[in-house]
Amino acid sequence: MRAAGFAGRIVVVGAENHVPYERPPLSKRVLTGEDGPETTYLHDAAFYREAAIELRLGTRATAIDCAAKRVDLSDGDALAYDKLLLATGTAVRRLAVPGSELDGIHYLRTIEDALAIRARLGADARVVIVGGGYIGLEVAAAARSRGCRVTVLEMEDVPMSRVVAPEIGRFFADIHRERGVDVRTGATVGGFEGGGRVERVVCRDGATFPADVVAAGIGIVPDTALAQAAGLAVDDGIVVDAYGQTSDTSVFAAGDVASHPTPPAGRRVRLESWQNAQNQAIAVARTMCGAGAPYAEVPWFWSDQYDLNLQMVGVPERWDRLVFRGEVARRAFSVFYLNEGAVVAANAVNAPRDVRYARKMIEEGSRVEPAALADRDIPLGKLLTG
Amino acid sequence: MSETKSTEWHRVAKTGEIAADEPLAVRVGDHMIALYSVDGAFYATHDVCTHEFASLSEGFVEGDIIECPLHGGTFNIRTGEALSPPVSDDLRTYPVKVEGDDIYVGIPDD
Repeated sequence: MRAAGFAGRIVVVGAENHVPYERPPLSKRVLTGEDGPETTYLHDAAFYREAAIELRLGTRATAIDCAAKRVDLSDGDALAYDKLLLATGTAVRRLAVPGSELDGIHYLRTIEDALAIRARLGADARVVIVGGGYIGLEVAAAARSRGCRVTVLEMEDVPMSRVVAPEIGRFFADIHRERGVDVRTGATVGGFEGGGRVERVVCRDGATFPADVVAAGIGIVPDTALAQAAGLAVDDGIVVDAYGQTSDTSVFAAGDVASHPTPPAGRRVRLESWQNAQNQAIAVARTMCGAGAPYAEVPWFWSDQYDLNLQMVGVPERWDRLVFRGEVARRAFSVFYLNEGAVVAANAVNAPRDVRYARKMIEEGSRVEPAALADRDIPLGKLLTG
Repeated sequence: MSETKSTEWHRVAKTGEIAADEPLAVRVGDHMIALYSVDGAFYATHDVCTHEFASLSEGFVEGDIIECPLHGGTFNIRTGEALSPPVSDDLRTYPVKVEGDDIYVGIPDD
């Protein structure tokens, strides 16, 4: 907002006791101990002072009165607003099976979570990870790098099934197995056993895994309680239009919590990605300053596991063809998801530039010859129609 | 104060080695440099993104903009100016001269 020329008062209310920070490193270098948590801070405290942005950290907003345009805070204070942005994000989904309350069962969302898990990743520690999504797999990779004995329990038949094709999920399962991780698919946790502290993870089929520490990555749920109580439209997230405006003209939402329309069909999505958190926020900030444009970016995501960088662009819902480019065995390849001849999504392992071209293809709705996509002698730039 | 710095020119590549959409990574001593071809002219910047460790020569070129392959931050190739988040620090640029089909990068004597 300051970059857009807004000179009025800006107050940021944050429940966590940290200056704003990014989360991706928490399941990577901060978890392994290679980097300290301060490397995740977006800016140091001086930045906010110099920009006259007031930070109210360790403070929770407890209620919003849309008619009075006032937010009540956990410290008893209240703030009046002209415009309000809700970026309350998500909370981790928690296990509900018997024994879920035992000590030693961790989730990963905050700096504190990452440091708590890190402290338990000693050499030979038996780490059982519940959930084979990218969080679970990144934690597995980090734990292996610390010499832990790692098991991943994934409910579906392949890991990362929500975000990538089964072929890619299987590729990563194999990578993890090669690195010594025991990856169990079709494994649903039935409960945890132990005397105060977790000692065993028990699956529904009876398989039992001894554990010194359990890390669960089973998804996140949008934090909409405040919005809902305030009477704002909520439907798997706070409902906003392409400009980030909620059902109240003075209230906006962005990031993990926002359910927004995507072109061309206008179908609503709620994205849980760093890119959306950054770019939707920037777009909505401009709207709040009166100079907005519709936000419509092709979703983009990455995951780092061991020495592999996996990038994903587009959300593949339906595809009738997968085209591989490069050699899977060489661990540097991309795969394009085609639906009715058009590129709808792509993944790339150690081939980030391919994904960038794919993003353009998705934006343009390019129809491409599968044989040309697969041919590395044909530069992807040549296949763009624009 | 400082004396006049001299620039040492290093021959690093042939003009034919750099495509408009594919920068070339070269090394001069400790300097990791990315070479670009924009509108037929050649430019050089530090190859490492100012945000996190990533090789810009593996990134995406559009016109005179280089996009980092890791998080998508962009820089102006000609000036090194940081253009879009998450990058905020400008990129170091190096002078370039072409003689025949040889490309030279200038490294200041510091």
